[in-house]
Amino acid sequence: MEQLIETIKQPWPWYVAGPLIGLTVPLLLLLGNKSFGISSSLRHICAACVPAKIPFFTYNWRKETWNLVFVVGILIGGFIATTFFANPEAITVAASTQEDLRALGITNFTQLLPQEIFTWDNLFTGKGLVFFVLGGLLIGFGTRYAGGCTSGHAIMGLSNLQWPSLIATISFMAGGFTMTHLLMPYIMAWVQ
Amino acid sequence: MNREQIMIKERVKTAQPVVCDAPNEQKYGDSPQGLIKYLIVGIVFGIVFTKAEIISWFRIQEMFRLQSFFMYGVIGSAILVGILSVQLIKRFNIKTIQGEKVVLHDKEFRKGQIIGGFIFGLGWAITGACPGPIFAQIGSGFSVVLVTLLSAIAGTWLYGKFSHKLPN
Repeated sequence: MEQLIETIKQPWPWYVAGPLIGLTVPLLLLLGNKSFGISSSLRHICAACVPAKIPFFTYNWRKETWNLVFVVGILIGGFIATTFFANPEAITVAASTQEDLRALGITNFTQLLPQEIFTWDNLFTGKGLVFFVLGGLLIGFGTRYAGGCTSGHAIMGLSNLQWPSLIATISFMAGGFTMTHLLMPYIMAWVQ
Repeated sequence: MNREQIMIKERVKTAQPVVCDAPNEQKYGDSPQGLIKYLIVGIVFGIVFTKAEIISWFRIQEMFRLQSFFMYGVIGSAILVGILSVQLIKRFNIKTIQGEKVVLHDKEFRKGQIIGGFIFGLGWAITGACPGPIFAQIGSGFSVVLVTLLSAIAGTWLYGKFSHKLPN
């Protein structure tokens, strides 16, 4: 038993995590005819809290309560994994990535998120403005405009062989490559 | 139908899609007890996200810098398992536990998938998170990501507010 917990505490390999994530698709379908998607929860929160008579938010969000319960579960899962099954070692980051990031001013590779950026102290600075406020706005606006995120398009849509989801997934990647390679150097220079 | 209702109906038409992107096709409403199963699936999902370090900003950087196979392995194998499962459900007409036929929707192509998708990609690389990992990051103790979540809700609201003016 102790050995099992020790094994669970190690970082899980991709060939364990990937198939488990893939199984969410049939699980949700068979448990209650639900299509997998996470960014929709953000829309339901808008519909429930600030619909402001906007047609896009005027629908029966109560029917989609399952989606809100699901994301609360994800949050609790993050808490359980970190509290009870935390890996005592620091995260392993590819040497080439470390080198690239050091050039951008990120040198702390001990936690899942870089401590130079993701702290409350940075909230009212350029870093907070870009990494939390702007980043969040782009995610919320972009996912709804695209009609889904990595889960709704890349996993659910592609599982159902939907070509618009393939286009969406390629666009997600294009945006990510653009930010990482073209914009990030300027952003990091500006926020330092 | 009065004039205002007609106007709303027209606006609804341009603000596609008004249908939910991750729809619930179950015929009967979920009871509070019935919702517990989604909480459990969510918890397991959150543990997988966190233990595989998919919620790490560094993993996303490795992916976009093509310096690690990890995230490609995760997403690729998830899609493979998903495709196989959906094919099995379709071929053997597997019913839900309530005995209903599984309903799958075709996605309609829209310009938003390219423009919105690109915008989301920019945000994904900055925050190191897509919407799922945002929740798991908060649960893992990175409480400042709450600000990212609030911003993402605001971004969703802004899209809803101006969706009828955007090309789609």
